[in-house]
Amino acid sequence: MNDQASQPFSRTHCEKPKDCARTARSARRLLGYVFLLAALTFLSGVQPAAIGAASAQPASAPLAGADLAPALALLGTDSYGDTDAALGRLAVSTNTRAADIVEAIRDGRLLFDPQSKAVFLRMPDGAVTDAATGAAVGAPPAGLRPVRVNNRVRRAIDAAAGALALLSPDNQKRLAAAAAVFKSRDVSALPILDAALAKEGDPKVKTALEQARAAIIVASQSVSEPERVSAARLIAARGDQDALAILSSLPPNSPDAVKAAAADGIEAINRSLAMWAVAQNVWYGLSLGSVLLLAAIGLAITFGVMGVINMAHGEMVMLGAYTTYVVQEIIRTSAPFLFGWSLAIALPLAFLFTAIVGIIIERTVIRFLYGRPLETLLATWGISLILQQAVRSVFGPTNKEVGAPSWMSGAFDIGQMSITYNRLWIIVFSLLVFFALLLVLKRTALGLYVRAVTQNRRMAGAMGIRTGRIDALTFGLGSGIAGIAGVALSQIDNVSPNLGQGYIIDSFMVVVFGGVGNLWGTLVAAFGLGVANKLLEPFAGAVLGKILILVLIILFIQKRPRGLFALKGRAVEA
Amino acid sequence: MDSQSQALTQSLLYLDNVSVVFDGFRALNALSLTIEEAEMRAIIGPNGAGKTTMMDVITGKTRPTKGEAVFAGVHDLTKMDEAAIAQLGIGRKFQTPTVFDMHTVEDNLLLALKEDRRAFSNIYWRRTPHEKERIDALLERIRLKDHRLRKAAELSHGQKQWLEIGMLLAQEPRLLLVDEPAAGMTDQETADTADLLRDIAKTQSVVVVEHDMQFVRDLDVKVTVLHEGSVLAEGSLDHVSANERVIEVYLGR
Amino acid sequence: MRGLGIIDRKGAVFLAIVLGAAVLVPASNLGLAETNPLHVSDYLVPLLGKYVCYALLAVAVDLVWGYCGVLSLGHGAFFALGGYAMGMYLMRQIGPRGVYGNPVLPDFMVFLNYKELPWFWWGFDVFPFALLMVFLVPGALAFLFGWFAFRSRVTGVYLSIITQAMTFALMLAFFRNDMGFGGNNGLTDFKDILGFSISADGTRTALFAASALALAGGYLVCRALVTSKYGKVLVAVRDAESRTRFLGYRVENYKLLCWVVSAMLAGLAGALYVPQVGIINPGEFAPANSIEMVIWVAVGGRGTLVGAALGALIVNAGKTWFTGMLPEAWLFALGALFVLVTLFLPRGVLGLWASLTEGRRKTTAPAPPAMPAAKPAE
Repeated sequence: MNDQASQPFSRTHCEKPKDCARTARSARRLLGYVFLLAALTFLSGVQPAAIGAASAQPASAPLAGADLAPALALLGTDSYGDTDAALGRLAVSTNTRAADIVEAIRDGRLLFDPQSKAVFLRMPDGAVTDAATGAAVGAPPAGLRPVRVNNRVRRAIDAAAGALALLSPDNQKRLAAAAAVFKSRDVSALPILDAALAKEGDPKVKTALEQARAAIIVASQSVSEPERVSAARLIAARGDQDALAILSSLPPNSPDAVKAAAADGIEAINRSLAMWAVAQNVWYGLSLGSVLLLAAIGLAITFGVMGVINMAHGEMVMLGAYTTYVVQEIIRTSAPFLFGWSLAIALPLAFLFTAIVGIIIERTVIRFLYGRPLETLLATWGISLILQQAVRSVFGPTNKEVGAPSWMSGAFDIGQMSITYNRLWIIVFSLLVFFALLLVLKRTALGLYVRAVTQNRRMAGAMGIRTGRIDALTFGLGSGIAGIAGVALSQIDNVSPNLGQGYIIDSFMVVVFGGVGNLWGTLVAAFGLGVANKLLEPFAGAVLGKILILVLIILFIQKRPRGLFALKGRAVEA
Repeated sequence: MDSQSQALTQSLLYLDNVSVVFDGFRALNALSLTIEEAEMRAIIGPNGAGKTTMMDVITGKTRPTKGEAVFAGVHDLTKMDEAAIAQLGIGRKFQTPTVFDMHTVEDNLLLALKEDRRAFSNIYWRRTPHEKERIDALLERIRLKDHRLRKAAELSHGQKQWLEIGMLLAQEPRLLLVDEPAAGMTDQETADTADLLRDIAKTQSVVVVEHDMQFVRDLDVKVTVLHEGSVLAEGSLDHVSANERVIEVYLGR
Repeated sequence: MRGLGIIDRKGAVFLAIVLGAAVLVPASNLGLAETNPLHVSDYLVPLLGKYVCYALLAVAVDLVWGYCGVLSLGHGAFFALGGYAMGMYLMRQIGPRGVYGNPVLPDFMVFLNYKELPWFWWGFDVFPFALLMVFLVPGALAFLFGWFAFRSRVTGVYLSIITQAMTFALMLAFFRNDMGFGGNNGLTDFKDILGFSISADGTRTALFAASALALAGGYLVCRALVTSKYGKVLVAVRDAESRTRFLGYRVENYKLLCWVVSAMLAGLAGALYVPQVGIINPGEFAPANSIEMVIWVAVGGRGTLVGAALGALIVNAGKTWFTGMLPEAWLFALGALFVLVTLFLPRGVLGLWASLTEGRRKTTAPAPPAMPAAKPAE
């Protein structure tokens, strides 16, 4: 009797494996930062001379291949010590080939000729080039040997790669390297930062480099007080958790002015972080609201407009999701190149399929029950059990994997907010469906007939409208919309025979809360409940928040028994 | 407090400046009306004139947006719910006959009898000889004696109308609001209904809403014409029939 | 009240069967040899006891739905609350015999690092107190809920939906570990009831007899209500609520009384159910359960009380049979039952029986009017 018992939790706790994948990806990125940090630490500790050299002649190093010569000479000696020293030089080289060379050493593709001490670079495709110039070497000398690598050299490689990244011609690499320094706040990276700053042209990278520099000097005893104060302000301007961490961990012996600037910064950051947190929750709320809207919008037709307490509504959503699954399976096996289009293909099919199922249900069962809403509840509940079991028998009880096309994966940041593409698209999609439905009901002949039949069935019949057909089409429309909602929800929920059960109660709450028969009410209720739920969650927790919302709805119905936007006046009394 | 001495009015029903607004639509617009003890009044007016809304206000179904509704000089009807108003002694018959279909004719009357309305005491209720007498008398009066044990659902339309009037009488109200009692009746039934109402009006006040002019003429009482939520004219049927505005908006030329 | 006048022929047969079962089932189980074809097996006794509890629950649902027109989709909540009240008593009876051997705290509390018994567990070691709570807790919830809902005139579909919200919210709440009711696992591993081992044959048959007596008692209470003038008013409310109001009845009070009595009977059913199945967990609050109860009533025949009990028996016996023989087909069968009964048997099995017997007696008589359709949302 309690097989659905744990269902509601699966949705509140974990959104989807895809999200978890995203988390894993960012975890890997973090690991990358840590690695770079280790590299820089090493660089500073082991190679003071090299750094000194770099800071002595920061920006004037010639761009020609000539400055590679000393390093290359060291690499040809086949000694770990020399390789190490060579890497030190490469790290501060402004030559664009330096990074390639470092990479080649790591991959064992840097070769030297034991006789001539000449150094060659084997490209990943096998071609051998001159390490200094990059020119192809037609006939490489025989007996080339790779530059050998031990742990010490490996550390030097990482360090050199990190330092080179700060000077890399690639903006993204410099940005990542600057972020790594910002995190590490390693004093010894300062000279190289200065060098990078001096020649930085990209404003975004420049800001990142300045922030990294500020993060180091704000805590530095050897820098003047005004400089530290302005560094503190610079960091505060970032406004994120990292900035907060730096400002709140200043050395206790810092001057009062620096401390005061940091305190101001902390306060400002906390304020802005709190606002961003609210904004993020509102976003989550809108996202939940769009899910509620998608789930409820078909019900707003079958229940709201037609008065059928359609407990099989959730199963229509479920059938839509399974349609998506089947479409993707067929594409996978017979036309993989279409995968990016799978959702677009599934949409009309899901609509048609669920609409047809809906029409069959209407013609065989529901049409005998008009005017007896509570009986429709029982009959449609029975239908929902049959549909669930049918899907379970055909597809099995386990979750089905529905893939996401590339344009739906990934995320981007706005300020301190993270926005995933699948959620964004679902919000957009829910609104599109909503307005399309509104258009159908307000602007088409079908919509006119639907409104006529639901307002006065007998009069509509007397005017020559085939009410039976309109009933079937309306129910089909509501079911079809539930089906396309299923296509969207397959992207964020587990596609299983129980999928619909998870939405049915929420959907009814939304429609009832919004006011039965009022589409705009459904829209406001869906987003209102979604946002309220997510804003409650930080205080009450996910489950308690949901309970509070339910209690709130129960209380609200007492106050306004017909929902948020109820029709008033004589029409209702009649 | 001696409320009797502070009575606003000697009239049984006193409506003053009552307005009801639904979403910007004025169903009643500053309506004022008084009904005296043991008076019968006919209310006529075109559809949408506010006749039903007026009854809704009197019986507590609709709260007026503004204005006063006072019963027997002391009871503020705008602050009471339907049950309290019904217990005060205001009975209402609906436009479409509303009886309890699954109950017998007798039980319909039993439920309407002026008795204890509380839930708990009705669990321990047992029929008294007095109740039986009253029901017998009512059945006689509404001519349903032979149908006593039939389900109300099985009655004809006219019989249901009369059963509902019988239920109204069983309540022993001081004021009866009767909405289109002659609707759907044969001529003979209509005439009988008029007789019955006139008989009732000897002891109780009756407000009749009706479209059937012949029926109103049969009643031969003061007539109030409603239009767009307020009183357009008042007086004898001949008097209001001669009113230019009444002819224009309702009777037609 | 009105003594035996409240029992009609149908009711007499029903009471005879129920009371007969209360005597014969224990007698057969304890007295007859296992080889005797009339022996009721040890497996069957608690199963039948479970059905009887469901029958009492169905009678409670029928009181509000069949006679008052209130379709509750939340009666599972009252049933489960009664069950939890009994479960708490049974937990306290375990005493130091739990896995952790704590004389006061039930195992799950020890596991969750409770230092002392939460206040709402106080007194549950005393049987009369627990029994009182079996009635009071569901009754109080029903009173609170009904007080607001009926006063605000929430009717029809809206009422059904918020009753569903109520049981759903309670389910979520009871799933939480920090509610203090055992969370997901609920309450189980019971040992004794009133000092008797819960798994002993004697206890089981006694529990069955108690359930049958409770069903008979619950039926009589409902019957007394619906045959009184109060009951006539209830039916009037069901068929024409606003007319009843205009007659001067405070509809909300009538509904509330019936609603609270029904909730208490549901609580009693839950309390008898728990010792017989040996567990109570938040799954009992699942909205699907409450909907299933309604179909029991619909199958048997709404507004008949006896039919509700019969429907509970038919559907649950069917469920036991199907899940044993054709587990795949059970949901198909149950679903089809929902559809077919609403379409073809609006008065349920009892109504079918009535029209068949009547048809035999006087073939020309018009079929009695079907149960009035639930009012469309006003």
